Amino acid sequence: MLENFSFRTIVEYLPLFGQGLVTTVWLSALSFVGALAVGIVLCAMNLQRGWLFRTPAKAYIDAVRATPLLAQLYFLYFGLPRLGFVLPELVVGILALSLNSGAYVAEIIRAGILSIPRGQVEASVASGMTYVQRMRLVVLPQAFKVTIPPLLGQAIVLVKDSALLSLISVAELTRAGQLLASDRFMPAEGFLTIAAFYLLLYYCLKGLATLSGRWLGTAGART
Amino acid sequence: MIWQQFISLAGSYPLALRGIGMTVVLSLISLVLGTLLGFGLGILRTGGNRLIASVIGAWVDLIRGTPFLVQIFLIFFILPEFGIELDAFTAGIIALTNLAACFICEIVAAGIRSVPTGQVEAALASGLSRWQRMRQVVLPQAMRIVLPPLVGQYVLLIKDSSVVSAIGLTDLTRVGWLVVQRVPNGLLVFFLVGVGYFIVCYPLIMLARRLERRMGAAHGEVQL
Repeated sequence: MLENFSFRTIVEYLPLFGQGLVTTVWLSALSFVGALAVGIVLCAMNLQRGWLFRTPAKAYIDAVRATPLLAQLYFLYFGLPRLGFVLPELVVGILALSLNSGAYVAEIIRAGILSIPRGQVEASVASGMTYVQRMRLVVLPQAFKVTIPPLLGQAIVLVKDSALLSLISVAELTRAGQLLASDRFMPAEGFLTIAAFYLLLYYCLKGLATLSGRWLGTAGART
Repeated sequence: MIWQQFISLAGSYPLALRGIGMTVVLSLISLVLGTLLGFGLGILRTGGNRLIASVIGAWVDLIRGTPFLVQIFLIFFILPEFGIELDAFTAGIIALTNLAACFICEIVAAGIRSVPTGQVEAALASGLSRWQRMRQVVLPQAMRIVLPPLVGQYVLLIKDSSVVSAIGLTDLTRVGWLVVQRVPNGLLVFFLVGVGYFIVCYPLIMLARRLERRMGAAHGEVQL
């Protein structure tokens, strides 16, 4: 049993956990911004009529969704140096998370845009609006409402996925737990503590998703 | 140069086969166990007993709120402290089954809740037992809602099985990691690893999409 559970060691390592938590938060936030950028571009390509932009976007989204993040991470980690890009692990990690989540974000935004009834678009065409006006004034404001809860769900997934970066030795939260586990042979203290920190982040984001659902008058997020 | 790498890669095919075998076995066992357990939990979650339902809800939340990597470490390193000796394979199966069961539980519960109460009341009025009600009235109707996300969940499970490489199981991803130490071409090696997963996952993704369309149509929803 865990009769030797040492809270003292946890307190001793608290600064390390704190740093890990902060790193996890900001690298997830940065990756989420990256994912939004990737997702918007992919979605715009995917909604084109011509195949020239659509096919590559669809292929990319399918390829990302059908392979594990860990394999994608190793692909970049071991592959980029071969192309002449020697980047720090942290940058590779953020890149991998952005490119991975971007594919899911693209699908979320697309679902949001397609959820706008056809009549709305037709009415704005009839009112003589240009494509940009139609998007900006009619489609996007309504789509925004529908996309926020699932986007927050994706943010939760992203924070959890960021734990995999510990496997390419990025000094984030999970890495801090691993360090405690291997330095002091205290896996229980290390991993239970980081699990608690991840739960904290999870409940914060989940609360935010519920609140946003209430403000926007849509159903709560599904994670 | 690239030719030599191909020869060298071809030489490591026994390792690759072992990795594919491991990924398939891990996914398959935890898929079956996770589905059974998930359906059981999902039925209990909507079964009317508040205490059981909230205990299951809390557990599902714990599992959904923590990274899978951390769950694997917890199971692999901490269960032995409770006197349960585990090898990496068993730990991997337990972690994957638990994860699948929790997500499937939520999917099944959502499906059951979607069945109109009138159906259950009619079944009650016809004198069907609890078990008959579930098996003959509720579950068949719930399956329409359950099936598409269930298939999607299987894709997630196969992908998540790659994370067990962190506790030293030689699955497909781990094989890629081992091979790349000898053949220093990460692009090629992990492209091939990706192809391996893609061959299994992509048809499943297509199936999920198809099911979603068909089930949507069965519901009489208008496709835009």
